[in-house]
Amino acid sequence: MQYYDVVLSGFGGQGILLAGDVLAQAAMLDGKHVTWMPSYGVEMRGGAASCTVVVSAERIGSPFADEPCCLFSMSKPSLFKFQDKVKKGGLLIVNTSFVDADLVTRKDVDKICFPASEIAYQEVGEYKMANMVMLGALIRAGAVMSLEKTEAAMREIFGGSKKKALPGMLKAVRCGYQYVDQESGVRIREL
Amino acid sequence: MQKVFARPATLLETGFHFCPGCHHGIVHRLLCEELDRLSLADRAVGVPGVGCGVFLYDYIGIDTCEAPHGRATAVATGIKRVLPQQFVFTYQGDGDLGAIGTAEVIHAANRGENITVIFVNNSVYGMTGGQMAPTTLLGQRTTTSPAGRDCQNDGYPLRLTEMLAPLEGVAFAARVSLHNPAHVKKARRALQQAFETQLEKRGFSFMEFISACPTNWRLTPQQSIAHMEEQMLSVFPLGIYKDTTAGVLQKEGESANAVL
Amino acid sequence: MHMKEQRMMHGSIALAEGAITAGCRYYFGYPITPQNEIPEHLSARLPEVGGVFIQAESEIASINMLLGAAAAGARAMTSSSGPGISLMQEGLSYMAGSELPAVVVNITRLGPGLGGIAACQGDYWQATRGGGHGDYRLIVLAPNSVQEMHDLAIKAFELADQYRNPALILADAILGQMKEPVSFAEPKIKIPAKPWALTGAAGRSPQLIKSLYLADGEMEKHNWRMHEKYRRLQEKECLVEQDLEEHMDILLVSFGSCSRMVNSAVALARSQGYKVGHIRPISLFPFPEAAIRDVSQRVGKVLTVEMNTGQMWDDVRLSAYPGSQCRLMARPGGAIPAPKQILEEIKKFLKVGDLLAKSVR
Repeated sequence: MQYYDVVLSGFGGQGILLAGDVLAQAAMLDGKHVTWMPSYGVEMRGGAASCTVVVSAERIGSPFADEPCCLFSMSKPSLFKFQDKVKKGGLLIVNTSFVDADLVTRKDVDKICFPASEIAYQEVGEYKMANMVMLGALIRAGAVMSLEKTEAAMREIFGGSKKKALPGMLKAVRCGYQYVDQESGVRIREL
Repeated sequence: MQKVFARPATLLETGFHFCPGCHHGIVHRLLCEELDRLSLADRAVGVPGVGCGVFLYDYIGIDTCEAPHGRATAVATGIKRVLPQQFVFTYQGDGDLGAIGTAEVIHAANRGENITVIFVNNSVYGMTGGQMAPTTLLGQRTTTSPAGRDCQNDGYPLRLTEMLAPLEGVAFAARVSLHNPAHVKKARRALQQAFETQLEKRGFSFMEFISACPTNWRLTPQQSIAHMEEQMLSVFPLGIYKDTTAGVLQKEGESANAVL
Repeated sequence: MHMKEQRMMHGSIALAEGAITAGCRYYFGYPITPQNEIPEHLSARLPEVGGVFIQAESEIASINMLLGAAAAGARAMTSSSGPGISLMQEGLSYMAGSELPAVVVNITRLGPGLGGIAACQGDYWQATRGGGHGDYRLIVLAPNSVQEMHDLAIKAFELADQYRNPALILADAILGQMKEPVSFAEPKIKIPAKPWALTGAAGRSPQLIKSLYLADGEMEKHNWRMHEKYRRLQEKECLVEQDLEEHMDILLVSFGSCSRMVNSAVALARSQGYKVGHIRPISLFPFPEAAIRDVSQRVGKVLTVEMNTGQMWDDVRLSAYPGSQCRLMARPGGAIPAPKQILEEIKKFLKVGDLLAKSVR
């Protein structure tokens, strides 16, 4: 993996920025160059949340993704806003608990449209772990980060007072990761 | 023979640039007497605002920092926070403190900054040539209120001591006058209290001096004294408006004049 | 990649931590987007290190508290964004005139007026031309990464003290909000003695800090002395990053966050066979005139890329070797030039030269 840029998007409160944080932290631990760029300001206050994470073996120029390798979408507006920007042959990961799968119109990308919130509820008991299920799918299908490094990053981020949430988070990431292997049907690229 | 009157050591041996009959010289002297009495000259930092008082450093032998117009209490805040053990005071006129620097003085007072503010109120902009100040009396002619201050157009004289005294950060607030020796002595006593307020770290101390500006009032020094007594003191009642050592906030009117 | 301990961090936080590492113990500020992370962080951190945080009643009060703290000899800082920095110009002028060292951070936003909170470089002129009244300059440093937000905060304090001059860090919301890995330098900070500071006149003559000079000829002397200081800065303290090749057909110049997009564009252009160089002024004052003059003499074509309508372009044209073709790609108002768009400009410039000097998309 030389260069991978992903837009993570959805509503405020879904843990979009946090999912980006985990990916960025993992990339740093992996010795990669990485940038994490949130959308901020008025848009954030209006309810939309997104961030762009760029992971690269080389020094990173622009922290923005004009044609992202991947879109991680947990809301309809974010799908509408970003899906056409995804690079041809790229990857779309959509949480169908929030977005109808038929709204995903791109034909020239790999798609993982799955009910991440329901999976999170079934497997971990919390809908709000959907962001971590999505992240597990992203690192696997995008071949962007190892599960091991992602878990290490989570242990760093969810230390101290946040430690209670860690087991659930780890499980959620693994669920997403395994979903890609077992059920998504997309071709698996190795890291 | 015993020497009973001398130049305070901190008052530098140079002539004032102030006009005849101006009271800035008296305020300077009172400040120096207090700095000497409390041995503060080598641990004081003065912050003159912009106006006739800006040349404080030419007359008083202490560390001094000029402040932009109106900002003396903010500058003094910065100094005092770095040097909490030193004695920090501002020296400001009615334009500097009562107009352009109103926000700064209110918030320094409200934070209870442990500084002393010397406020010289002569109801007019002195240095710039006698323009109307926020403290200009109704009907008073100035170069920008040639027909006299008109409340319809110009609003009313602003009473800073009354505004500041109720703030919880203010530990001491007094208005004194310099129109005769008896009042100068009372002013000195109040100034002592203000200085001690800071030394005891009780909070913000505020001293308003009702002063004369004969040049811009277009009066002689003697006429100016009469003007102060007859016109100014009814608008700006004298008194100790706040003294936290006295336990409670003294009510206006009750304390005014009764004390001073 | 070296594995010195790194932390993923917001640019604003990295800057605030850099200030603490530099020995800054006093911060005065007023809330304004997009820089609130700095005061929020310092309000918690400064008390931990024995410092003082004051939320002032305005930017006017903030800058004057800073003036006071600097006069008392402390390392102190304020931060704000465009509209607040405008309010600080009076105090900055006084501080420059009084030769007081301190650090001011401008996480810029859009303007004029209330503008907007997106990233923009429209405050270049204000920062580099002094901004307030009178004949003075600020030291202006422009980071382009989270690491530099941290490192240049330290550098700004060092230069400010060394030259007794306010230093300004010109960044924007991209740099303030972005997270990148940062490694912290070992703190070997040495704050120079400040015999001029006001500390009370114990054991010495009273001292004065002022900017008022009324006697005949005094002010001219003061101005020339400050000018000499600015000349020394120009001679010794230019900071610049150069990404050059042996043979180049075009030189790009950009600063701050915009240079990140230019970095991407340069990589893209080179991958397509274009011979491209890039100079990034890190110090905007002193401006790296010599580097631009020397390289433009070899290259001939200079493309300035900025997130405004063309401000640094002035300095580039003043610095470029006489006869160089100087073209501008400008994106004001929160627009961010995409690397591909920059590449298009490179191609256009190589084809038609600078007949059409400004390209405002």
